[in-house]
Amino acid sequence: MDNLIKITVIDRDGKEHQLDGPTDMNMNMMELCKSYELPVEGTCGGMAMCATCHMYVVSDHSILERNDDEEAMLDQAFFVKSNSRLGCQIHLSQELDGLKVQLAEVGA
Amino acid sequence: MIETDILIVGAGPCGLFTVFEAGLLKLRCHLVDALPQPGGQLTEIYPKKPIYDIPGFPEVLAGDLIDHLMKQAAPFKPGFTLGERAESIEKTEDGKFILTSSRGTKHKAPVIAIAGGLGCFEPRKPPIANISDFEDKGIEYIVRDPNFYKGKKVVVSGGGDSALDWSIFLANNVAESVTLIHRSKSFRGHPDSVQKVLDMSASGKINLLTDAEVIGVNGNGVLKEVKVQHQDNSESAITTDHWLPLFGLSPKLGPLADWGLNIDKNSIEVNTFDYSTNVPGIYAIGDINTYPGKLKLILCGFHEATLMVQSAFKRIYPDKNYVLKYTTVNGVNGF
Repeated sequence: MDNLIKITVIDRDGKEHQLDGPTDMNMNMMELCKSYELPVEGTCGGMAMCATCHMYVVSDHSILERNDDEEAMLDQAFFVKSNSRLGCQIHLSQELDGLKVQLAEVGA
Repeated sequence: MIETDILIVGAGPCGLFTVFEAGLLKLRCHLVDALPQPGGQLTEIYPKKPIYDIPGFPEVLAGDLIDHLMKQAAPFKPGFTLGERAESIEKTEDGKFILTSSRGTKHKAPVIAIAGGLGCFEPRKPPIANISDFEDKGIEYIVRDPNFYKGKKVVVSGGGDSALDWSIFLANNVAESVTLIHRSKSFRGHPDSVQKVLDMSASGKINLLTDAEVIGVNGNGVLKEVKVQHQDNSESAITTDHWLPLFGLSPKLGPLADWGLNIDKNSIEVNTFDYSTNVPGIYAIGDINTYPGKLKLILCGFHEATLMVQSAFKRIYPDKNYVLKYTTVNGVNGF
């Protein structure tokens, strides 16, 4: 189908989920995970203000550039790695076809 | 003992609007909130963010919306218990509830309305298995009394303002030593504070460890050392009396979970007729409730609050007849 990209999400138990991501709905990775009822909280609703959608970019997509709000929030997250992103700041677009991410552990 | 008609747990937008709608029915309200100021997540997380889906406001800042709601509720003189978490409830013989806060403040009312949003904001705890063994035995998530750290070795973690500010304060002739550990090289706090920390690191007053993270704690009844992992995956240990992990606040359902209410995925199940829970006399409105078709929107919470107080009125005054009145006709007559 048009306007759909293939995305793989590895959950916290290591299980892989194949997701179809619409690129014409102004959606981000946090929202896409929620729409598939994957365990992503997205407490703040996508404002880069809570870090509950922390995930790692596993595939070779060059989307590791983090914005300032995101860096600030990741300062309050745990298990932050060089490939850490906030899902809510990854906007679905055609270039992300084949993206693979892994959900980060959540703090207590 | 604080007595009122409707005891509202949570002073966010929904809780505040409940005061107004209840006031129109001559019901008095008192609000309890764990945060020190009203507004819930709107003032705590995003006061400067614009909201675009409040009917009649094409655009309103979250903080301004709370100011407006406070103004709207003011004629009905709500009471506030702020900075105290709603901890436990018990039923009295006359069918009322007594709610006790985390500081022991007691409140009595025939109706409880839970407008708790995401839950209570609590410090974010690092995911270290044995961390709870040392809570208040060397590990503190909040600095209550800085003098407590006089002459002590202190490790601070975090990169935001509170980590920076407390490091600076404690390193100025309070603690024996201060080590600040941060996961990256750059800090997001206030530029003045960042510069101060860098200066104090250069002069040896603060031991600054960047690109590092505390990954373990050890001790014998009380905290003795923290284990630190560095960017190259090497590990080291720092001997310390205290560790202050200052990673901000995140919401948790908290003690509400033990009030005997039906809960589904961190939300309280309600009947959409009047937003009552399975416990007669306790209602849940706003982001904290769930029902088929639920949308977590402020405007839906306002609607829920409005219907809820009608049911609360009938519960409190079963023999009084009442018809809906319009503010355009009657105005707002406060207490």
